[in-house]
Amino acid sequence: MSTDLLYFVLMLACMTALAIPMGKYLAGVFTDAGHALPERVTYRLLGVDPDHGMRWSQYGLALVLANAAMLLLGYLLLRVQAWLPWNPLHLPGMSPDLAFNTAASFITNTNWQSYSGENTLSNFSQMAALTFLMTVSAATGLAAGAAFIRALGHAEKPEIGNFWVDLTRIVWRVLLPVCFVVALVCVWQGVPQTLASDAVATTLEGAKQHIILGAVASLEAIKNIGTNGGGFFGANAAHPFENPTPFTNSLEILSMLLIPSALTVTFGCMLTRKRQGWVFFGAFLVMFVGFLAIAYPAERAGNPQFTTLGVAQQHTVTQPGGNMEGKEMRFGIAGSSLFVTSTTAATTGAVDAMHDSLTPLGGLVPLGEMMLNCVFGGKGVGLINLLQYAILAVFLIGMMIGRTPEFLGKKIEAREIKLVMLAVLAHPICILGFTALAVLWPHIADSLGNTGPHGFSEILYAYTSATANNGSAFGGLSVNTPFYNTTIGLAILIGRYGTLLPMLAVAGLLAGKKTLPETAGTFPTATPLFMALTVLVTLVVGGLTFLPALALGPLVEHIAMLHDQLF
Amino acid sequence: MNDTNTSIRSLLRPAIASAVLFMLLTGLAYPLVTTAAANLLLPWRAQGSLVQHDGRVIGSALLGQAFTAPRYFHPRPSVTQAADPKDPSKTVDAPYNAELSAASNDGSTNRKLIDAVAGRARAYRSENGLAANAPVPVDAVTASGSGLDPEISLANAELQLPRVAAQRGLPQAEVERLLNEHTAARVFGLFGVPRVNVLELNLALDTLAREGQHGTKS
Repeated sequence: MSTDLLYFVLMLACMTALAIPMGKYLAGVFTDAGHALPERVTYRLLGVDPDHGMRWSQYGLALVLANAAMLLLGYLLLRVQAWLPWNPLHLPGMSPDLAFNTAASFITNTNWQSYSGENTLSNFSQMAALTFLMTVSAATGLAAGAAFIRALGHAEKPEIGNFWVDLTRIVWRVLLPVCFVVALVCVWQGVPQTLASDAVATTLEGAKQHIILGAVASLEAIKNIGTNGGGFFGANAAHPFENPTPFTNSLEILSMLLIPSALTVTFGCMLTRKRQGWVFFGAFLVMFVGFLAIAYPAERAGNPQFTTLGVAQQHTVTQPGGNMEGKEMRFGIAGSSLFVTSTTAATTGAVDAMHDSLTPLGGLVPLGEMMLNCVFGGKGVGLINLLQYAILAVFLIGMMIGRTPEFLGKKIEAREIKLVMLAVLAHPICILGFTALAVLWPHIADSLGNTGPHGFSEILYAYTSATANNGSAFGGLSVNTPFYNTTIGLAILIGRYGTLLPMLAVAGLLAGKKTLPETAGTFPTATPLFMALTVLVTLVVGGLTFLPALALGPLVEHIAMLHDQLF
Repeated sequence: MNDTNTSIRSLLRPAIASAVLFMLLTGLAYPLVTTAAANLLLPWRAQGSLVQHDGRVIGSALLGQAFTAPRYFHPRPSVTQAADPKDPSKTVDAPYNAELSAASNDGSTNRKLIDAVAGRARAYRSENGLAANAPVPVDAVTASGSGLDPEISLANAELQLPRVAAQRGLPQAEVERLLNEHTAARVFGLFGVPRVNVLELNLALDTLAREGQHGTKS
């Protein structure tokens, strides 16, 4: 117990320690006036002028068009996999609906997977289609975050940056070097990185074991650094080849939290409002610790049904105890709980333990984090989501004290609030609307892996994960059907662009406004009080929206479990 | 409207070029350079940590295997499946199938899960000669997340130890010694949990047995 707590404290300390240099570095990348040689070559090949500033609408258009072209290329590569190299297992191309679902899911940083990588994708596809889409989708999200922060610092200057410059720099200066190093550390710990596709072993008992290999480490690195989450293997980070040791487990957790937490520091540096950055970091951290404090005890307490069967779940020096269904020995309860809390906080969606087999309250944690969608949040968009709640908090405070709300010296007026509300509402409408549609759909019960309240949780989880662009799943649900592929695909697109574009518009509007000097009447936003208010607004808005749905799923299941009711 | 059209047209070329260029850079150059570096620096790891015994590959040090003979330590339950050789449209149970990792995905209130755990606990007790109400370590009766978990808890290994020792005609202290040798402690005393790699332990038992035979022959 105390070892586990010490582990959590150490991990959060590491995260904070890494966020500071990374945040400062990112601020440099986002504001540097010069262009390095590989970047100048890239701009020439793209045919763009790197010094041309874009308004939010142009920036958004470039972002959407580039994503569309990348999606299309990824789709094509997945379709014609059979004709491409490095496919000794002769895997056929993906079907049109599956290829579209996969490409759409990877370009939006969701990484929802309706297939198992090891028996569907060739080594070439894992690299040229998936690793590629993972990198550019991470760069896209981060670019949007950069543009947003930049816009907040502008006064009466509606240009918010150049999308091509942001994209190119993030790939060259941030993602590639960091991922290369992380990938090699992963290999050192045992993650394979080879062009061979398989090996055949004859076990000591004489049986054959067909082992699937590939370029796992390079995918694993960007999967976490880019908060993508799509696995090389079906079991994702629970697979020993993706996550072989407790050390890699910790490295993967820190990798996925690295850029989302660093962005608060970047925010502080770029706007020269360091305290404000730390206030946001604090808001993230408070919610994160709160969720971890639910998940860890729930998983550690285990399943009362197991105890009745004489199964020992106490944590001792010789066994981890707790609810080990769907968990790996090497991570135990602490490593698994922290991973669960991190992967849905940073909207990575990688899993090192099966979320469907978590205890009811343990499963509530990933659901809740994805519903709020701003406990650190994904690459770039997490900070944008939190700022959306912060603007809402400023607005509510302004209403209460009867003053025009101001945020970072900008007047918050009706247009901004309308756009913010559009972004705030797109998320729950998409989640709850599709969940309601799904439970009413004929024969939907056939797709459930579990019945009773847990079955409802499976459906709710699927749409929450898709809309939050997370990609983790309650894997018992059979989602490879036309109904799910279509609705989940739509939820992914609404979740990504339905929040990103309105918030870019807010950024553009704010960039065009005058920066007002602070007066005695200005409500200070760089204080612990404002941090508490932002968290409160987030929890109240999220709670009021989602609590009824959560009550029907995990909460009722928890009560059933305590009363020995099985389904 | 015309404005948007010109703007789309001027953005079309960079959009398409960026897709192709970044595919080549991040989808091919990055993984290939990483592969080259990994195979240069850490070839055994990069190739999947394959374990050789008598000149043939017997598995990967990182992947579990379905040991069932009583003379071996047994891994955790695995619910991986494989295509039915008789009818490829169906699947059959195939524990530790490294071609298709999988978990049960059963929730805590799923009757199927509770029945499976009850059955595994009964089998575990009878196999290891335990009393009908003896506590069983949780890792011995629950399926892992990957279906390929290479390790078991020390509590689990200790309960299997008398069976393995008896089957091999070895003193328990000798098996205990091997168990201790192959126990992985927490990294820095903090990360992970103490555990033992089943393949490595079983391999050590077989190696010991062969050395013993050589000893009696000479």
